[in-house]
Amino acid sequence: MTYIFTYRFIPFSSQGMGFGCEAKLLLLFLLLPYLGIGKTIRVGQGQQFVKIKPALAASHSGDTVVVEKGTYSEGNIVIDKAITFLGHNLPVLDGHRKFEVVSIKSDSVTIRGFRIQHSSYATLDDPGGVKVYESNHITIADNYLYDNFFGIYIQYGKHCLIQNNKIVAFGKEEQQIGNGIHCWKSDSLQIIGNNVSGHRDGIYFEFVTHSVIWRNVSYSNIRYGLHFMFSNDDAYFTNLFRNNGAGVAVMFTKNVVMMNNTFEQNWGDAAYGLLLKEISDAYIQGNRFSQNTSGIYMEGTNRILVEKNSFEANGWGMKIQASCMDNTIQNNNFTGNTFDISTNGTLVLNTFNNNYWDKYEGYDLNKDNLGDVPYHPLSLFSVIVEQNPPAMLLYRSIMVMLLDKSEKILPSLTPENFIDHQPLMHALKL
Amino acid sequence: MIEIQNISKTFGSLQVLNGVNLSLLKGQCIALIGPNGCGKTTLIKSILGMVVPSQGDILFQGTSILKQFAYRRHIGYMPQIGRYPENMNIGQVVEMIRNIRKDDTNLDLELLEEFKLQTLYGKRMSTLSGGTTQKVSATLAFLFNPDVLILDEPTAGLDPLAAEILKEKIIREKQKGKLILITSHLLSELDDLITQLIFMQDGQVIFHKDMDTLRADSGEEKISKAIANILKQQAK
Amino acid sequence: MSRIIKFIFIDILKNRIVLLYTLLLAGFAWSAFSLEDNSTKGLLTLLNLILLTVPLVSILFSTIYIYNSAEFIELLLSQPIQRKAIWVSLFLGLSLSLVVGFVVGAGIPILVYAPSDVGLMMLAIGCIITVVFVAIAFLSAILSRDKAKGIGISIMLWLYFAILFDGLVLFLTFQFSDYPIEKAMIGISALSPIDISRILILLHLDVSAMMGYTGAVFKDFFGTSLGFALSFFILLLWIAIPFLVSLRRFKHKDL
Repeated sequence: MTYIFTYRFIPFSSQGMGFGCEAKLLLLFLLLPYLGIGKTIRVGQGQQFVKIKPALAASHSGDTVVVEKGTYSEGNIVIDKAITFLGHNLPVLDGHRKFEVVSIKSDSVTIRGFRIQHSSYATLDDPGGVKVYESNHITIADNYLYDNFFGIYIQYGKHCLIQNNKIVAFGKEEQQIGNGIHCWKSDSLQIIGNNVSGHRDGIYFEFVTHSVIWRNVSYSNIRYGLHFMFSNDDAYFTNLFRNNGAGVAVMFTKNVVMMNNTFEQNWGDAAYGLLLKEISDAYIQGNRFSQNTSGIYMEGTNRILVEKNSFEANGWGMKIQASCMDNTIQNNNFTGNTFDISTNGTLVLNTFNNNYWDKYEGYDLNKDNLGDVPYHPLSLFSVIVEQNPPAMLLYRSIMVMLLDKSEKILPSLTPENFIDHQPLMHALKL
Repeated sequence: MIEIQNISKTFGSLQVLNGVNLSLLKGQCIALIGPNGCGKTTLIKSILGMVVPSQGDILFQGTSILKQFAYRRHIGYMPQIGRYPENMNIGQVVEMIRNIRKDDTNLDLELLEEFKLQTLYGKRMSTLSGGTTQKVSATLAFLFNPDVLILDEPTAGLDPLAAEILKEKIIREKQKGKLILITSHLLSELDDLITQLIFMQDGQVIFHKDMDTLRADSGEEKISKAIANILKQQAK
Repeated sequence: MSRIIKFIFIDILKNRIVLLYTLLLAGFAWSAFSLEDNSTKGLLTLLNLILLTVPLVSILFSTIYIYNSAEFIELLLSQPIQRKAIWVSLFLGLSLSLVVGFVVGAGIPILVYAPSDVGLMMLAIGCIITVVFVAIAFLSAILSRDKAKGIGISIMLWLYFAILFDGLVLFLTFQFSDYPIEKAMIGISALSPIDISRILILLHLDVSAMMGYTGAVFKDFFGTSLGFALSFFILLLWIAIPFLVSLRRFKHKDL
């Protein structure tokens, strides 16, 4: 909590404090370390300091450093005190591709309102536009990170807030660019309302726990819009992942909640809306997968529940590899996909219930909105293509349509228990 | 006018024409006769370029007709069985041919009028009787005033009245000095028309004689008898 | 020659079958676009039409028409007209009328609902496929004097190109799945005008991503303007070669 107050108190500290009543005394006591020394230092042309580094050197924990409009090329700026570092009218911090721009090495730092650009590109020490080293209660908000190797990098951080930053880079190849928001061995992060493009991964989590990702937009990144590795007990809601190499990859992870996100136009060779690899106990609900090569691609995935999602106009709605077990797919809409489902195995250990399939041709005599004939979502051609990708060349040929039709009437090659026993007659309103 | 030089034609293994040599001159009216399947129609079609000979050459006014087409401007052809696009009517067929030929200057409409075809202009070709179809064929053959007339069984299927009209027409054209080649098996019909006679058998020309010579040689006045006589003589 | 084309063209247009064909196409196309919720789906439905119905109607109608024109050809042959002119006129007249049938029937709905690149390409390919199968019809009609046999050849050729060829391709992909056959597949697809058309349209509907490596190879080839031009050139060859072969034979044909 304290880090928020650090910021809130700036106006009060300049006016003097007017607390009198008993109840607020406790609060005052809690904030005492900051209040006593809370002063504002101004940097800029005609200000107290012309350069940032001397101002930082002169500051103390609890101070606020306000930087006025201008371009500041001062190499690596290290913040090692619990200060509030504010940009006024978007001053520019430029690393000239030689330095990490801002390094935060103290707890309770706030950095807000800067344009931070051109960090160094060395790959050895992963330089960032803003990098947090083993610090907690950091706020990074309202910055514009332009053309950095890593945008924002959190390493051993706890209780950090990354909010409303715009992070832009122009990566061409995976090896030559870092991630937009990179979090490593951290906990309790909040990543909210950021806009990331042109990095390797838009947002990257490795060994990050108890964190939430909410209302971000991650688009046109080279690899993934969002990437989870070994990061348990996290959740992401209401994000938009568009036109990335692949939308979201969740790997080697447990207990991830994925809700109300949009995965769209992740289209290309080996592209997915959502890649699940070696994960278990996840909950996927209310997402929209639209125009991806594969909506969801899952491999080694166990005990996840996929419900009330909409799969529209994907190449494959879901690709479920044979290594997946005990997953439940229910109450989803599958519309306009080339293939709704495909799998590479014959053993089916997953359950399909009450989904809507636009390719379903059954009937509903008792009008309970459940089809009376089970639906086999796996077409013969999808099985063929799975075994032999070049056969995709025959997509939409008359022969393939004949094959699929005959297989529908007399299933012989597709796994028999790959079945939705009670498909919905009408699409759910999602 | 038409020089046929050593023409041979085989359909598969069947030899239809075998080394035919003929010289047909302007002003002659030639009967081409012989038993069924002797190669008469194939010979005519060769002259018209509808059948391509396997061997030999045909000269029309001194130039080879092989792979040529313009010479057909000078030929009027009346097929044995006229076959026409079924859903066109008589008027359209006549119009189309006129349209394709483009030369509308020197049209011979005598037969058109004598056969009273104008009154039948709206009739579709598929509904016509054999005789009427023959009338159309004859009209088309004479329509462009050609120098050469090739008539394949011209009177077959025509009623006597029409046959007479056609015969008179042929005589009139003959008098204009045209080359006329007629095939027929009804020999008596030709008696008063022809000046030359070609007899074919098994793809070969058995003889090609002037009528006067033929009569003198055989001592017979009637064509049929004259032919029979000649054949007997050759058999010896 | 243009006069003969005109006669044939008018004669065919008067034929109720082409009218019926046009109405059928129109009914199918309009309903495809109005029933499907987006134009891409409508185009995909139409694709089946172009790959199945259009070749069948084109080849069958043309074959029958050529046989039925025997009298007409004979009539023209006794006139001072080049054989080549007759055959070419017949070809152009048939192609023109069937293309008009296709454009009026399927083209107008395409232009109304999907005036995109893909739509225009579909229209172009539909026209080309029509002419390709007219050309193939000329070949099968000249191969046999017998009408029933000629129609039989036509149906077999259609069956081959529309269905059997794909079966063969599927067989090949399985037989040689351990080998890098992608580039060879480009060559093989050129062996069927229906396949090359389908692949051209599919790549423009961006299905290539679903084909993995094969798709990439195909996209590399057909996606470039050179490959695109080349595939259209191959389609034109599919018109030129059957027709020119038939023309050669027709020039020496005995009637």
